[in-house]
Amino acid sequence: MTYTANFRVWRGIGGEGALQDYTVEVNDGEVVLDVIHRIQATQEPELGVRWNCKAGKCGSCSAEINGKPRLMCMTRMNTLDNDVPITVTPMRTFPVIRDLVTDVSFNYEKGRQVPAFSPPKDLKPGDFRMQQKDVERSQEFRKCIECFLCTNTCHAVRDHEENVKFFAGPRILMRTAELDMHPLDTVDRARMAQDELGLGYCNITKCCTEVCPEHIHITDNALIPLKERVADLKYDPLRWLGSKIRVRGKDD
Amino acid sequence: MSQITKLQFDVIVVGAGGAGLRAAIAAREAGKKTAILTKSLFGKAHTVMAEGGIAASMGNVNSNDNWKVHFCDTMRGGKFLNHYRMAELHAKEAPDRVWELEAWGALFDRTPDGKISQRNFGGHEYPRLAHVGDRTGLEMIRTLQQRVVALQQQDKAEFGDYDAMIEVFAETSVSHVFVSGEGADRKVSGAFAYARGSGDFIVFEAPSVVLATGGIGKSFKVTSNSWEYTGDGHSMALISGGSLVNMEFVQFHPTGMVWPLSVKGILVTESVRGDGGVLTNSEGRRFMFDYIPDVFKAQYAKSEEEADRWYTDPDNNKRPPELLPRDEVARAINTEVKAGRGSPHGGVFLDVSKRLPADVIKSKLPSMWHQFKELADVDITLEPMEVGPTCHYVMGGIEVDPDTQQAVGVKGLFAAGESSGGMHGSNRLGGNSLSDLLVFGKRAGDGAAEYASAAGPVTLSDAEIAAAETAAMAPFSNAGGENPYAIQQELQQMMNDYVGIIRTADELNQALVEIEKFKERTARVGVKGSRQYNPAWHLALDLPHQLVVSECIARAALAREESRGGQTREDFPKMSPEWRQVNLICYADGTGVRVEKQTLPPIPQELVSLFDSGELSKYMTEAELVSIAQGTA
Repeated sequence: MTYTANFRVWRGIGGEGALQDYTVEVNDGEVVLDVIHRIQATQEPELGVRWNCKAGKCGSCSAEINGKPRLMCMTRMNTLDNDVPITVTPMRTFPVIRDLVTDVSFNYEKGRQVPAFSPPKDLKPGDFRMQQKDVERSQEFRKCIECFLCTNTCHAVRDHEENVKFFAGPRILMRTAELDMHPLDTVDRARMAQDELGLGYCNITKCCTEVCPEHIHITDNALIPLKERVADLKYDPLRWLGSKIRVRGKDD
Repeated sequence: MSQITKLQFDVIVVGAGGAGLRAAIAAREAGKKTAILTKSLFGKAHTVMAEGGIAASMGNVNSNDNWKVHFCDTMRGGKFLNHYRMAELHAKEAPDRVWELEAWGALFDRTPDGKISQRNFGGHEYPRLAHVGDRTGLEMIRTLQQRVVALQQQDKAEFGDYDAMIEVFAETSVSHVFVSGEGADRKVSGAFAYARGSGDFIVFEAPSVVLATGGIGKSFKVTSNSWEYTGDGHSMALISGGSLVNMEFVQFHPTGMVWPLSVKGILVTESVRGDGGVLTNSEGRRFMFDYIPDVFKAQYAKSEEEADRWYTDPDNNKRPPELLPRDEVARAINTEVKAGRGSPHGGVFLDVSKRLPADVIKSKLPSMWHQFKELADVDITLEPMEVGPTCHYVMGGIEVDPDTQQAVGVKGLFAAGESSGGMHGSNRLGGNSLSDLLVFGKRAGDGAAEYASAAGPVTLSDAEIAAAETAAMAPFSNAGGENPYAIQQELQQMMNDYVGIIRTADELNQALVEIEKFKERTARVGVKGSRQYNPAWHLALDLPHQLVVSECIARAALAREESRGGQTREDFPKMSPEWRQVNLICYADGTGVRVEKQTLPPIPQELVSLFDSGELSKYMTEAELVSIAQGTA
């Protein structure tokens, strides 16, 4: 079955641009990215859109569809109301390069600040032993496809550009939690999450979890446990006393 | 000539999938200043799509496994056309490459005793694939990406700059590889690239270039491959004076989604069958039992009962025919559909819902459950999937030295992963791709580093750079010309129709006629507007590469008058022992491609003796068998 849809797509370079209207054919079973591609192939050859796998596995085609942050390749047309125009805009939190393509380099810069996985120095490749139940917590976070929809949605930066300097966003904080929960990682990461990556800016409204296309429980399973670790460090009276009388090290 | 940034490196790696990242890590660890150029964002390359696992004979689940068994399975899967040396290195080195990933932070699924778990897959005698659910490729690319970052952190500590020794140029496409000299002196001097976001040109001067550019699937309509798979690396190697081997062998993965049309071709992992899924036709028959070829009769179950027992008792039963190598299963599905026994949307049924409990399906195959639920409204824990063949992988690629991965014919040019050829022969086994990326990615990085040390820095002339710029800008001077999207779609349809899973001389000849017409039209492709993130321009630069690889596939497929692995000729349905001794090599020739025959190197005695003579007799000529029996092979 084929029908016609009205699309409103944000077009522009850098900060300048406007919504533009397109009338376009849609086939049964298509997703928003198919329709954007049809506009590109038949009406606007230069329409900028970032995509790769078209199967929800690479996290390239993040955008906002009728204002909701989603992957274009996983948004089926039959789930959208066709009586009103379908609006497709770039992710709001990141600077626009062109049309639907945004500059997400911020996430990679913050990612480089997270110290790499550090196994025990004397443990040789091939000798690692871990139980399935112990790796599952971190495995959940490694499902992340780095679409950055979580960070795009997080109100700590979405409406507060000034916080970008201090807040790494849910994706990078979840990476920190992932390493913290790795059975063989030797670095203590909780204090860094708080002091350098801005964990305190998160007030667990779970907006990130709601938009995650991989359905990762970012808030409940990554951010809250990381916050609890920070609370332990800072407010445990025994630890506090220990650090004062130098029985315990700073991060113990 | 406009303002162009010029940068100097020891090693440039083109492509940031598994092979490219592993090569870059090796080059940087060898002390070379290394650049990674990727068409996409860092961590998005096609490797993320790999699902099932990494084949490595660690023997964690069945201790009978070792590199020799893996070598034999690989040669068998490739129908003995593999370069034996590559298959040998691959089987020997894969376990170390997997363990190394774990030391860099990869979290594979575990066995009860805490080791890396391994799963069954088509053509592998023992459970051999290290895996993470059905998202192993994502785990691999993320781990390599994070290893690159770890090295950058070391460099930041030592030099004060993350990018001091290894720098990633994301969304930067290479349009030209610079070479100089003729004949034996032909060598690489760098690459010309455009940054997709800004449209700016960047010239990289370097003695070593590693092409890790992946495959060619975007020349076919039904494919599991992303837009990046245009064969640009294959094509640039050819244009630079290199050669391509085995290009007629294209793998059609037996199980791609067939419905809705929008997702036709998207991969359904082989793990579904490895974990117990069965293929049935519209009559409910498990038809794969009807398609076990003679060469595999000894290794596969003859009855459903035996096949089902194998999942729990593999030592005393033979494996189900659903786990035959991919070429066999794809052809069988194609035949069933053509005979009118297909599913409503033109595939066959793949059912795991009656074989495993829902919670096990969701934990072993989470991405598949998610993919079918969200894209097709199908709950695979309750109902069967509809699947059919999809263009998935090209066995053919850049002809390289097996040990160093240096391209034949061009010094300083290296290739690894899907863009290189020889390792998989006429058909690749599932799981051997990810291990190939790691083993030969590392070897290519080592080879490139060693060559760069010997060659020293190179410089490019203004004239060379200006010529590359003019070529890259050409589509803008044809404004109002042919639409690149229309040409690409028509090419994909044509390749599907004439050079697809079943081939004939008539259709292949027709394809070559069509390719000439596409060449004329592509010369007239026009684009408008600015260079900033202009996808029409990017596609205009990719189209000539797609035509080069399409011509290679069609010409080689026409020349090879037999059926073997990823080449099925309806007019030459048999496998021929004489053709087994022949590789077809493609060279650039004027505006086209020339194909020449080349004899395969004989398999050394210590490797060929791993097979019993009964098995070899199904593949080899009388003369070969005699010389093997006499120990003179």
